[in-house]
This record gives sequence, C-alpha cells and structure tokens, in this order.
Amino acid sequence: MNPFSYSKPSDIAQAVNLAGPASRFIAGGTNLLDLMKENIARPEHLIDITGLPLKDVRATDSGGVMIGALVSNADLAWHPLIERDYPLLSQAILAGASPQLRNMASTGGNLLQRTRCYYFYDSTVPCNKREPGTGCPAKDGLNRIHAILGASDACVATHPSDMCVALAALEARVHVQGRAGARVIEFADFHRLPGDAPQRDNQLADDELITAVELPAPRFQQHSHYLKIRDRASYAFALISVAAAVELDGDVIRDVRIALGGVAHKPWRDTAVEQSLKGQPVSRENFVAAADAMLRDAQPLAHNAFKIKLARRAIVRALSDATLGGTV
Amino acid sequence: MSATNEQAFAGHSIALTLNGQTRQVDVQPWTTLLDLLREQLDLVGTKKGCDHGQCGACTVLRDGKRINACLTLAIMCDGAELTTIEGLADGDTLHPMQQAFIKHDAFQCGYCTPGQICSAVGLANEGRASTDDEVKELMSGNLCRCGAYSNIRAAVVEVLPSMNAAPDQGGRGQ
Repeated sequence: MNPFSYSKPSDIAQAVNLAGPASRFIAGGTNLLDLMKENIARPEHLIDITGLPLKDVRATDSGGVMIGALVSNADLAWHPLIERDYPLLSQAILAGASPQLRNMASTGGNLLQRTRCYYFYDSTVPCNKREPGTGCPAKDGLNRIHAILGASDACVATHPSDMCVALAALEARVHVQGRAGARVIEFADFHRLPGDAPQRDNQLADDELITAVELPAPRFQQHSHYLKIRDRASYAFALISVAAAVELDGDVIRDVRIALGGVAHKPWRDTAVEQSLKGQPVSRENFVAAADAMLRDAQPLAHNAFKIKLARRAIVRALSDATLGGTV
Repeated sequence: MSATNEQAFAGHSIALTLNGQTRQVDVQPWTTLLDLLREQLDLVGTKKGCDHGQCGACTVLRDGKRINACLTLAIMCDGAELTTIEGLADGDTLHPMQQAFIKHDAFQCGYCTPGQICSAVGLANEGRASTDDEVKELMSGNLCRCGAYSNIRAAVVEVLPSMNAAPDQGGRGQ
C-alpha cells in the first residue's frame, strides 16, 4: 500500500470540498483497501466518510425508502422495511460476499465496487480499465467469467455486485452531492458500458459523493426472486445472476423487471423485452421467449459461451420462481 | 518525502477499547487493524491468512459485529470496542464457543480457529442462524483448509441456542 494522508470530515460539504482526482472516499473499505494492497488504487489522500450523517433507512413521503449511503450491507438486508417490502434486495445482498464483509461494506460503496477481472487485478499485465490505452488481455485470454453483453474491444469486464442487480430491477435512484450541488441519477444511468473508456465505471465526478439510494414505493414484494449461479455454493461472485420482479393480475403479467448480473459491465436490463411480457399470461413459453430475446445480441468469448445457455435457463427459472414458486 | 508530506503522513493517536481495556495507540493511516493487533500490540491470536478478505482468519468483533481485520484501517477504529480471540475467555474459563470447539474437535492445524470462533460469536450476536444449513451459509466467510467444517458446524450449532438467549458482545466484563 502506498503512503497516504487521512482526514475524517464531519459534514458532507466538508467531505466534497476535500475531494479531488488524487483522493478517494472510504467507508467500508472492503474493495478499496484490497485494491490499494494490490497497487491498483494509489490514492494520495483518503477521506473517511464514516462520520457523516448518512446511516438511516427511512420511509419517504412517496411510499418508498431512502437508504443512507453508509448503511451497511448487513443492516440493509436485515432491515424490517427492506425484508418486508423489498425481499428481492435482501436476497441479493445476502447472496453476495461474506457476513464479515457485509458488516463492513456500505450501500454507496457497493455501487462503486470494481470488477474482479483477473487481469484488472494483476498490475504486471496491461489493462485498459487500469491503465487506459494499454490493451485488454482478457479478450483473448482466460475469459470464462467475462461479459457476454455490452462489451467493447477495449474491455470485457463484468460488474461484480449482487445488490446492484436488484437495485436495477427495482429502479432505484442514486442521490449524489458534489461541490456544484446535489443531483439524482436513475439507476440505469449510474453505471456505464465500457465503450472506449473502460476506466470509468460510472457517471460520478471526482468530487461527487453518493449520499443515498432511494427505492420507489414497493410493487413487487409478492412476486420476486434473486437467483445467483456461481462456482461454489456460497461466497463467490456470480457467473450469472437474475433479479426477477413481477406484478401479477391473476395469472397475467401487469409489470415485470428482469435484471442480469455477471453478464455485462453494468447490471443488464432490456426494457423492450420487459414491455413485451406485459399483458401476457405467466407461462414457460413466454419466459423462454423473453430469455431468448434478452440474449439475442449476446457475444461469447473463447471460454464463456456456456454463460449464454446458463443465462437463458436462469432467466426462465427466476421468473418461474418469482411467479409460480418454480412450477412453470 | 517533503516536510509537508512528512507531517501529513505522521502517526495518528487513536483510542480503542480492546478486550475490555482502554488503549491509546499511535498508528499510520495505512496500518491495518490486523497489523496493529499483531505487530504493534502482540496480539497474535488473530491470524493473517490471505490478507485480502477472502479467508476469514483475521475475523475480530468490532462493537459486537464480526469484521475482517485485514481490510480495516486501524485509524478508522478510533473509539471502537474491539474483541479478539484473546478477549473471549473470562480468566481461565473459556468462552462457551471455545469450549465447544474443543469438545467437537473442531480444528486440525488450528490456523483458522481464532477467526472461526470470533466469527461464530458474531453469528450468535446476529441471531439469524439456528439450523445446520443456516450456520453453513453464514459461516461461509471462514475457510478451513484442513476441512474441519462438519465439526466446526457441530460446535457452533450446539452453542447458538444458549447464546441467542443471551447475546454476547464477546469479551470479559462486557
């Protein structure tokens, strides 16, 4: 780890005033410190934000929930409001990391996790995400865990979060504050596809701090399911994950959200496919058609073609589990 | 390093309640809690396995919650109440979780054991597990390369009911 200076501001304005290109905010530190130990992240200054008043989960006037950026992943997953109204989010969080890491990791930090691409983590090889313009060894290397959707010539990394897949399905909004003021970013716009700038995972400016994640009023608590498929039964990143959330009118789909993890540089949704399911009855045929449509543009690399089949089956299974307890 | 930088990188004094005792220590900003415990305070019960948050050997309790000491900056523990494996017993009386690990022969080489026990005490404090399957899932952050998992689970499952009845912050005098 490189030497760095440290400060612990007590209000948000002070925190964003301290921020700049060479500094990083730290809360749980579960990913940032790991990256610093590997010399992937080399901040000159750490701004400890754990003293900021961002630790509440509270109901909003519009019937939703405002989650402070410093709420730990464990506290969020086991919060009574979240367990009752957003079980999809609880399930997704509990499918990720370990109990120790979930006690440490923050809500805001979870959004800012960096990819677990082996080449990104290996500072002895080139990587466009780590050192822009140096190349991508994953594209023609070992790429079993890499992207099948939305990748570019520059980068085939995937976003590692489970929580974010559920937040994408729930259409959360990300509240941020910078020196120029506060703004709200729709979840679908928060993370980026790699394009020719894979060093940028999201839309945040250097001085912007995530202050809260807002969930709209619950609509999917009766029919949702988070399915995660990984190489071991627990404590591993997703090869494929699916957050399925359905609103039913009898056996007809009134609304549906399908978000995929482990397939792209950001949680993957296809609103056209979701739209095509609306008004359709719950059936295996309709779920298979939706899965095929979601994956129609999937591009396998040398070692991850299995992910396309796996994703197809996982989408069908997650929708089935969400609607008819897996009997479809 | 310039004079300004030397000042910026100077040690910081932090206060901890460590295994029931108040301690004042000087740390560098980049010192992890694990290195503080092992290298500065000679509390070597907490183990360094992977040093990347993947194995759980460094698990300690901060304010009653289990965390990975290797991914925690010591400077960020200012004011915290910490319990390590050294703080679980009450004098010569072992903590019930320690006793259960002995009874069930829940280790071979023993390297992961302090982390396993601290993690199991944290698990009990959370109150979210009682069955074998729940323990299996919620102890998944602690690897045992000897593969003593079945005995570890047996030890944890046996102690959980009594600890769920009386949550333990873990440590003497607490």
